[in-house]
Amino acid sequence: MSLKRREFLGGTAALTTAALLPGAALAADTITLGSILDTSGNFDAYGKPMDQAMRLAVAEINATGGLLGREVAVKAYDTQSDMALYSQYANRLTRQDQVDVVHGGILSASREAIRQTMRRSETLYFYNVQYEGGVCDRNIFVTGVTPTQQVEVLVPYAMKKSGPKVHILAADYNYGQITARWIKKFVEDNGGEVVATDFFPLDVSDFGSTITKIQQTAPDLVVAPLVGGAHLSFFRQWAAAGMKDKIALASTTMGVGNEHKVLTAEEGNGIMVAYNYSQELDTPENKAFKAKWEEAYGDTSAIHELAVSTYQGILLWAEGVRTAGTTDRMPVIEALETGVSIVGPAGNIAIDPQTHHATLDVHIMEVQDQGMTVVETLNQVEPLDTQAVCNLQENPDDNKQYEIQI
Amino acid sequence: MGGSATRSAAREVILTLVVAAILIAAMPLLIGTYTLTVLVIYGMLGLSLGLIWGFGGILCFGQAAFFGLGAYIYAISAVNIGESTLPMILAVLLTAGFALLLGAMMFYGRLTDVYLGVITLVVTLILFKFINSTAGPQYVIGEARLGGFNGIPGFQTLNVPGDPGAYIWGDALYYVCAVALVIVFLLVTWLLRSSFGRIAVGIRENETRMALMGYDVAARKTVLFAIGAAIAGLAGALFASWAEIVTPTLFSLGQSAEIIIWCIVGGLGTRLGPVVGAAGLAYLEFVLGQQSMIDNTLIMGLVLVIFVLFLPRGLVPAIASLWQGSVGAFGRRRPVRRMRRARHG
Amino acid sequence: MDISFVILVEMLYAVASLVLISAGLAVVFGMMKVINLAHGEFMMMGGYATITAVGLGVNVFVAMLVIAPLIVGLIGLVVERLVIRHLYGRLVDTMLATWGLSLMFIGLATMIFGNTTTGISTPIAGFAVGDYQINGYNFFIIVVAILLVIALYALFRGTRAGLIARGTMQRSDMAAALGYSPDRIYMATFFCGSALSGLAGAILAPLVGLVPTSGGAYIAKAFITVIAGGPSLIAGLVSSATTFGFVSQVFTFAISPVIGEVALLIAAVILLRAMPQGITSRFFRGKL
Repeated sequence: MSLKRREFLGGTAALTTAALLPGAALAADTITLGSILDTSGNFDAYGKPMDQAMRLAVAEINATGGLLGREVAVKAYDTQSDMALYSQYANRLTRQDQVDVVHGGILSASREAIRQTMRRSETLYFYNVQYEGGVCDRNIFVTGVTPTQQVEVLVPYAMKKSGPKVHILAADYNYGQITARWIKKFVEDNGGEVVATDFFPLDVSDFGSTITKIQQTAPDLVVAPLVGGAHLSFFRQWAAAGMKDKIALASTTMGVGNEHKVLTAEEGNGIMVAYNYSQELDTPENKAFKAKWEEAYGDTSAIHELAVSTYQGILLWAEGVRTAGTTDRMPVIEALETGVSIVGPAGNIAIDPQTHHATLDVHIMEVQDQGMTVVETLNQVEPLDTQAVCNLQENPDDNKQYEIQI
Repeated sequence: MGGSATRSAAREVILTLVVAAILIAAMPLLIGTYTLTVLVIYGMLGLSLGLIWGFGGILCFGQAAFFGLGAYIYAISAVNIGESTLPMILAVLLTAGFALLLGAMMFYGRLTDVYLGVITLVVTLILFKFINSTAGPQYVIGEARLGGFNGIPGFQTLNVPGDPGAYIWGDALYYVCAVALVIVFLLVTWLLRSSFGRIAVGIRENETRMALMGYDVAARKTVLFAIGAAIAGLAGALFASWAEIVTPTLFSLGQSAEIIIWCIVGGLGTRLGPVVGAAGLAYLEFVLGQQSMIDNTLIMGLVLVIFVLFLPRGLVPAIASLWQGSVGAFGRRRPVRRMRRARHG
Repeated sequence: MDISFVILVEMLYAVASLVLISAGLAVVFGMMKVINLAHGEFMMMGGYATITAVGLGVNVFVAMLVIAPLIVGLIGLVVERLVIRHLYGRLVDTMLATWGLSLMFIGLATMIFGNTTTGISTPIAGFAVGDYQINGYNFFIIVVAILLVIALYALFRGTRAGLIARGTMQRSDMAAALGYSPDRIYMATFFCGSALSGLAGAILAPLVGLVPTSGGAYIAKAFITVIAGGPSLIAGLVSSATTFGFVSQVFTFAISPVIGEVALLIAAVILLRAMPQGITSRFFRGKL
């Protein structure tokens, strides 16, 4: 019976802990940028460089006098690759910290976990990650590439280099399923044929039987939107079986988290990919960006696609705030909807007013000696997939993620 | 005897209610209600395993399976029905039904300790793998896409029964969950005081003896197992309503592991222990998320090892005996202790 | 013809990798009735030991077959002295303590190596069978697994140490009365078990990308294989690995890898329901 009293004691202990927590909202004359990323746990290979890029972008904005003469402060939370923490920290950011904008979320599940919270609390939200497309919500801006932007350019190039018979190996979740459908569409549009499609949950790491199966279907080209550490084994086992020189390989995901630096040169060479960013891009903007990164963190090897997306997303938001002359949500959204653009490390990137996604440059690349060599650049590719289902100018109150029917 | 037992039971219920009311009112002053809500839900989840493990001796490695099942059943039926009352009931009943089947299969098969652990672990893995590979458009139940790895977002969250527009969220959800926990706690108390609960403890202590006394051990274990699952299912449904998304990680081994850790740290064989362990450790994890000095997993592992080695009974029993020791120094227990000491010479 | 050979190799490979994955756990469980839930993390550390050693310029086979087992064996020794020996005879407590250890090792590895996937490339080239390419490394794994089983058998049957170990396993009090310290024997056994886990992790490292949480993928499989094997150490290990490897590969080739994994799990449930004490409680009784 006296047990309950002890529970109360536990409560007072919690009080002292609570007092140590970072406290209430920051002073009113700074602008607060909320960040919510997995900087530990399973996905920190993606999240850590994104966090660094975010801090770099904010430092840069502050070094040039801040936004509208006000300093930008960062309020960052580490979600530890745990979906439940996304909900909690999103709530804290919007209610307790009352930030002006939130950048973050990595997996699609994490984005969907916090998107409604952002919308309900009228907090502007930027999702700076390559994803499966189809989110239609006026409160969110997406600055990563979507499947068509990659597949539309990658598939014809890869087919031209190899042949018309294609075998697809995709990660078994939303992104992989949708990307696989786009690949099929573009293969057929280019006069090819998909001989088989296999899906693998993210924890599958033994691809021996799959490699045998591929040899039975005997394709000219394997397109592999595989995701994460376990799936990396495919590329290794593929090379180990001696398949590398027999069948061409393309991917829409290999390299997003710098996976090509984990594979040896012999394992990775020749894999065809298409992204918005490559460290090997030879532009003044990229050189300047890498120099700044090196100055801040010493080593540029961690920079990857998602980090650059985050960096560009923050610059886009800053540009929107400058155009609007305020950080209030609606004016900034309207300013961004005028098609605001910036030139980032990966080239020109503009907001597509219809979908709130990004129109950006896509580079076809081949993995070469643990780097990604640019073969061909396509300027200002539009997010066709999302445009097909989403029109926020006609339906500003739309609020869902469409599954695009092909 | 009977009269005094009833009286002490009534006193305990009243005390529980009073202390709970104070806690429910006071805690939001210390911790945000949003975080508190999930602590309360985890407390309920801890209690579910604390019941079947601490009082029934059934070590279930897959309590997360019932938690996840409850959450998914709630989400799927909420998408289809669009009102939360029936999905809540379904989440509890279907989860319990599933546990009844699983339990019957295990206990009538005379599986014990490690083997029981393996089966529950394997069932959790199967559920996890199945749910994880349902990303394709062919996996639809009614209008609900199972969604695979990404889970199911955007279902109807808890609402006032009969009025789908009146969402219960924020502070209100906290109070609902807290009251639900108190009710479940009292029900568990009542269950353990009933003859069913006493026999369950008897089975934990000596299964053969209880079987020889004529009790159907398998049936009783199965029912207890299902009751634990029902509580976990309720916690899962509330969690779904709180998080507004369900994902396969709910079924993960890590989640199951955590529930076991909560029970060990809090104290097995007590009702309060698992609740305190769950809420305390979940809060610790939340606080640790705001630092990056030391890896979180490392600390949780260290806590578990230290507790198994040095405090195998858990926090609540340890504090309880300390408390009794210090109170006893002034109170009525003193003569008893002195007598015992005297007897030992 | 070629394809059936390829499938046969894949089947053998599946069985062999299950044997490798489970051997360390089987020795520790079979001898000491201790379930080491940090087994997966021991494998993970074996992998990291190999990769680090190769990175320092050690020959990959030396790293895999000598360095990794030694390092992980020593870690196991420390763990046994600090934690496990206080918990002998308390099955559930050892499971919980080793679970805690597994979390600690994951945390430590994350702090040291980070969460980025690392790996080394496969040291054996693939080769062609008719029209098909086979991963040559599969043969290496099959050979190592066979040698491992033979070595274990020879150790327990043929050597005095094996005899003492088996005696202690059956009646530790009698062994103690005869002058053998059970404490030392348990320590040695745990060292061997950990070294085997390290070996398995090292040998599988070139096939997969390694992250600190990699161990989780193995522990469930190993746990299931060992428990389903039942009381006999070697017979149990080989019979259950064969059953599960065969079942999972049949379904993998017929349908998909996921269904293969699920089939393995369902087979485990059915098997334990039919034989609650494991395969060797009914077949191969009294064998080693």
